[in-house]
Amino acid sequence: MTFMNTLFGQGRNGLQSRQQAGQKTLPFVAILVISTLLACASNLLLTEDSPLYVSTYTITLLGKYLCYAMLALAVDIIWGYCGILSLGHGAFFALGGYAMGMYLMRQIGDRGVYGDPVLPDFMVFLDWKSLPWFWQGMDQFWFAILMAVVIPGLLAFIFGWLAFRSRVTGVYLSIMTQALTYALLLAFFRNEMGFGGNNGLTDFKEILGFDLQADATRVSLFAITAFLLAVIFIISQYLMNSRMGKVILAIRDGESRARFMGYHTERYKVWLFVYSAIIAGIAGALYVPQVGIINPGEFSPINSIEIVIWVAVGGRGTLIGAIIGALIINYAKTRFTALFPEAWLFALGGLFVLVTLYLPKGLMGLWETLQTKLNKAAPEAEIEPKDEIKTGVSS
Amino acid sequence: MSQNNAKQFDDLKRFEAKLNAPFQSLKTSFRRDQVWPFLMPNETKANIDKNILLYIEGLNLSFDGFKALNDLNLYINQGELRCLIGANGAGKSTLMDVITGKTQCDSGQVYFGQNIDLLKQDEASIANLGIGRKFQKPTVFEQQSVFDNLELSLKANKGVLPTLWAKITPLQQDKIQHVLSIIGLSKQAYQLAGSLSHGQKQWLEIGMLLVSEPRLLLVDEPVAGMTPQETERTAELLTSLAGERTVIVVEHDMEFVRSIANKVTVLHQGSVLAEGSMQEAQSNPEVIEVYLGEEAATPAPKVKNPIDKANNNKVSLIADKGVKI
Repeated sequence: MTFMNTLFGQGRNGLQSRQQAGQKTLPFVAILVISTLLACASNLLLTEDSPLYVSTYTITLLGKYLCYAMLALAVDIIWGYCGILSLGHGAFFALGGYAMGMYLMRQIGDRGVYGDPVLPDFMVFLDWKSLPWFWQGMDQFWFAILMAVVIPGLLAFIFGWLAFRSRVTGVYLSIMTQALTYALLLAFFRNEMGFGGNNGLTDFKEILGFDLQADATRVSLFAITAFLLAVIFIISQYLMNSRMGKVILAIRDGESRARFMGYHTERYKVWLFVYSAIIAGIAGALYVPQVGIINPGEFSPINSIEIVIWVAVGGRGTLIGAIIGALIINYAKTRFTALFPEAWLFALGGLFVLVTLYLPKGLMGLWETLQTKLNKAAPEAEIEPKDEIKTGVSS
Repeated sequence: MSQNNAKQFDDLKRFEAKLNAPFQSLKTSFRRDQVWPFLMPNETKANIDKNILLYIEGLNLSFDGFKALNDLNLYINQGELRCLIGANGAGKSTLMDVITGKTQCDSGQVYFGQNIDLLKQDEASIANLGIGRKFQKPTVFEQQSVFDNLELSLKANKGVLPTLWAKITPLQQDKIQHVLSIIGLSKQAYQLAGSLSHGQKQWLEIGMLLVSEPRLLLVDEPVAGMTPQETERTAELLTSLAGERTVIVVEHDMEFVRSIANKVTVLHQGSVLAEGSMQEAQSNPEVIEVYLGEEAATPAPKVKNPIDKANNNKVSLIADKGVKI
């Protein structure tokens, strides 16, 4: 029961987390930007034999982690702040990825194995004569990016509208999101869908005319990912500090009470869900050119559950926690799978159980407890109100 | 000479007025101290020509055969303070649930003013019409500060976008400070609501009602768990609200009801048993019978205040529980 409570009940201490998170926004963004710049510079400016050289492989790996961090942010926004445990966020990520993948496929042009100027290889292989309607326009970068945002957003809107209006909550909603991503997994596996079936989309050559294998392109993609992560982080932080953020916390902690206060909670939930899905879509679109492949495996329910674990480990209800959780676990995964590939899922599952039982607030919660223990002499400073409110008291 | 001057001046003024005439409408629509009509929140005004704010007619509701509400009729006047009393299961809380849209009734009508059908609206819309409710159990947002709780309750446009851009205005800031001083939580404004005592949470809940400036307040057991002094303050507060706002109070504490009510409605088995002043209700033979059952059927004239007697047991029970808490 306590386990369920940790999953669906109140997360972190709202006021404190929001204020502390607000204080940490700037340092965090600064660290992100500086480390990105350093990594980029050491890759482009230093030679390979320099001890500080960061290989292009590492850059791509870091870029991948940052995409995951963005995805974790998306899940944290709806789970940590609004209490909606989505076990299907991988679906939005994959849809964004597919939109980008379709653009990259069209960019191959006649350089494919079959040399067809318009049709991607797998369509020639399936003996298709013309491009399906949903592939039209995907050769335009702006259109593909638009679709990477619109399609996940639209799906989230329709799903959210149906689910939240019918007041489906808790475990039932989680199961539905899981079913959603599983249904998409099965659909995208089919060759007739026109998304490359089992193999997905791969063999990309270039993006906007830049060679995807070139160091400069890879470093740029990494830098763009870091930049967008910072932007989305700041926007989300603003959102959660606004009155809307307070309403969202109120919905998490007492939805019916919020309704009696005049808030149409289902509308808030739908739009927050759409916002979160759009972030996931952007993360997916950034992920594909760096990894070089997108296949139906990304829709797999396990992926979506992994995202939840990243957030739980990092500390839900804190945006920074989600990002840190995603980075740490994915780094661990890279190292771990190299050593004992079979044991990873067991380790992950065990970690999730341990974190939910012993660290309900995740690493951020642990950090905070340590901090309060260190600062026990001046505990008052911890919950100092914001400046604007302080002036309100004195007046 | 001076007459001529005055005439000339008049002419000039008239000329000026003529010149300005076409711009007059523009001027009124571009007043900087006003909001354009189409930007104003679309508020439906309740029509209270007959001085009745709430019409409840023929309300029926049954749960698995149990009739929670049974052909209930009730009219609440504008600016009135009405107390609803009745034994447990008489339908008081169910009635509040139906009014606020929490529960759907089987048949009947609930109108806010003459024109707004409450049964067709959801909880949030009903709340936005100006019907505020205080729950039996204090349900404040424990993870947020007292100030935030009040800010969330402010009367404002509660759509998604307006809330996203909403900034607390100095006027609202003052209002919250004012309410904080009324409910005695000024010092605790930036504490988490979860750290308040039970009584303080009750007050916060009342404060949340106050800042939302409702037209109709539904107050469910406001003094449960309060000390006698706090009870007295609540009574003062509620009576001071009546007149400008309409208040419906559900309460078990008869002493409290007597101190605030000039009109009580006694509910029994989902319908109205008696209505009138506290004195009338207490002397009503039906009420006596219901409250004391068989006991009253046999002549027992010694009982002076049957309601008191019936409820004294209950109150003492509650008090016992209170001690444990």
